[in-house]
Amino acid sequence: MTSATLGGLVGAALVGLGLYGLIAKPQPLRKILAFNLMGSGVFLVFGIVARKGAAAGLQADPVPQAMVITGIVVAFAASALAVNLVLRLFEAAGQATLSRDAWAKLPDDGAGPV
Amino acid sequence: MRVDSSAIAATAGGGLLALPILLPVVGVLLSFLIGGRRAEWIALVLMPVELAVAVAIACLVWRSGEPLVYTLAGYTPPLGIALRADGFSAVMLVTAGLIAPAAALFARASFASPRGTEKRAPLVFWTLLQGIQAALSVIFLGADLFNLYVGLELLTFAAVPLVCLDGRPETLAAALRYLLFALFGSVFYLLGVALLYGAYGTLDIALLAPLIRPQPAVWLAAALMTAGLLAKTALFPLHLWLPSAHANAPAAASAVLSGLVVKGSFFLVVRLWFDVLASLPGVVPGTILAALGSAAILFGSVLALRQERLKMLIAYSTVAQIGYLFLMFPLSRGPWAADAFSGGVMQASSHAFAKAAMFLSAGLIAESLGHDRIAELGGAARAMPATFLALGLGGLSLMGLPPSGGFVAKWLLMKASIACGQWVWAVVMAAGGLLAGGYLYRVLAPAVSGESPLLQKRPARSRESVALALALVAVLLAFAPPGFFAFLQIGRPAAGLALQ
Repeated sequence: MTSATLGGLVGAALVGLGLYGLIAKPQPLRKILAFNLMGSGVFLVFGIVARKGAAAGLQADPVPQAMVITGIVVAFAASALAVNLVLRLFEAAGQATLSRDAWAKLPDDGAGPV
Repeated sequence: MRVDSSAIAATAGGGLLALPILLPVVGVLLSFLIGGRRAEWIALVLMPVELAVAVAIACLVWRSGEPLVYTLAGYTPPLGIALRADGFSAVMLVTAGLIAPAAALFARASFASPRGTEKRAPLVFWTLLQGIQAALSVIFLGADLFNLYVGLELLTFAAVPLVCLDGRPETLAAALRYLLFALFGSVFYLLGVALLYGAYGTLDIALLAPLIRPQPAVWLAAALMTAGLLAKTALFPLHLWLPSAHANAPAAASAVLSGLVVKGSFFLVVRLWFDVLASLPGVVPGTILAALGSAAILFGSVLALRQERLKMLIAYSTVAQIGYLFLMFPLSRGPWAADAFSGGVMQASSHAFAKAAMFLSAGLIAESLGHDRIAELGGAARAMPATFLALGLGGLSLMGLPPSGGFVAKWLLMKASIACGQWVWAVVMAAGGLLAGGYLYRVLAPAVSGESPLLQKRPARSRESVALALALVAVLLAFAPPGFFAFLQIGRPAAGLALQ
């Protein structure tokens, strides 16, 4: 097995694990961590793609690396936004759950925001 | 991998394509810099300029009959990044250019900054509204799949906080759920981009399209990117985040979220299947998309019928109307491809105007009555006729009754589906129209009869006219001349989805 194949498989496994966490775990923080796990898997795939470019005779393909850097910035911003939302939610409601039952109990005056 | 880049050269007037992205970004930066109370004015001054630019781009595309292309800093792809505007981009740019300022005019009453103080919610609203415009421009004009990913993320980051501006716990939960769905979607999209780059070594749409071959990596990339985009578009069964997010946002934000933001990711599904993957056999994926769309139409409409609150009803009708957008995919081959494509685009544009008008009207109703419970709307149309007129005219498009843009869209799609022998979509569309009639009747029939209730506050004339103007545009789209449909075909590859 070449290192590129191994890297690709590890990337796929990370995406799979992350996807499982994102769907199966009810806690928002775990979902955010799972999203980051998926992101790491994707970045690893980009790294393998860059290596493949190198194998085809190029010194190294810099484009996927530039994309990974952009992707990391975006994933960081997304995580920061998500964690911030979880914190605000915890401050406002005293709990940070996304299950519908928890919100069904709240009184709703029907007015909503305008 | 060697790619021929001679296909992409900047066209005359292409430099204009930078402005729809540049102007709102400058607006966002200025809002932070000199900020506070002036954010509102920065947005209100820039938006008409952006609309003028969008119209100018549409005119240039119309006059030349060719897509406009601009290569950033003169570097041609694959090294550089191109911006490209075809007929579809131009129509969506103008649609966004009209709806954003309408929402802004409507929002002035809710998000005014009191003298001498700087409040957080108005600053965030005005900044993010411009952020959404910038992101939509990137999406409508982007010609590079990774650049489009960045636009998609910008759009999400600008849209999510608009849901929870008032900071109530249920809106925060709705925003968080929206963000998690969107992040799932973006990772899938990005993984698909990585696979395509790995297979062909370029991400420029014009360079990539001729290289695409039906091979496992491409099918996997297509499935991942489509699934990711569907999560952001809220197509059934990935719609779970939409109703609570759109119904809980402030009215002006709901109008932008439901009218424009979901169309951004839909636009990319069209780009993907009609431009990038045009050479793949498209029957099976097209049928899957349309089957999901049909499920969305029926499921969303039935749930809309059962809602107790007006804004929730309108949000569920968005779930249904998004379904119609995906009926264009299995029809887009053979001689009816142009009709199906026009129908899809018309649906995207007319739903944007109609839904924005309806959310703004619903906002006025909730504000004037102090609630938006459908059971207690009796007689309300007598107290505020203009608001309900806007709601009803928007409803015409949802039902697909003439004269309305929604009628033209559904007529074109229905004609194409019958001509292609795919009757089932026509039946679904007819059922969807009846169900839409049902849920609108539930709102409008009691509202026009009975004693008019006591209003807590009369809706402002100016805000009623904004909603009414948007609804009228949705109606006027019914009178689009044949030239409009020829315009939509500018930049289309001749065949659309290839024959199996």
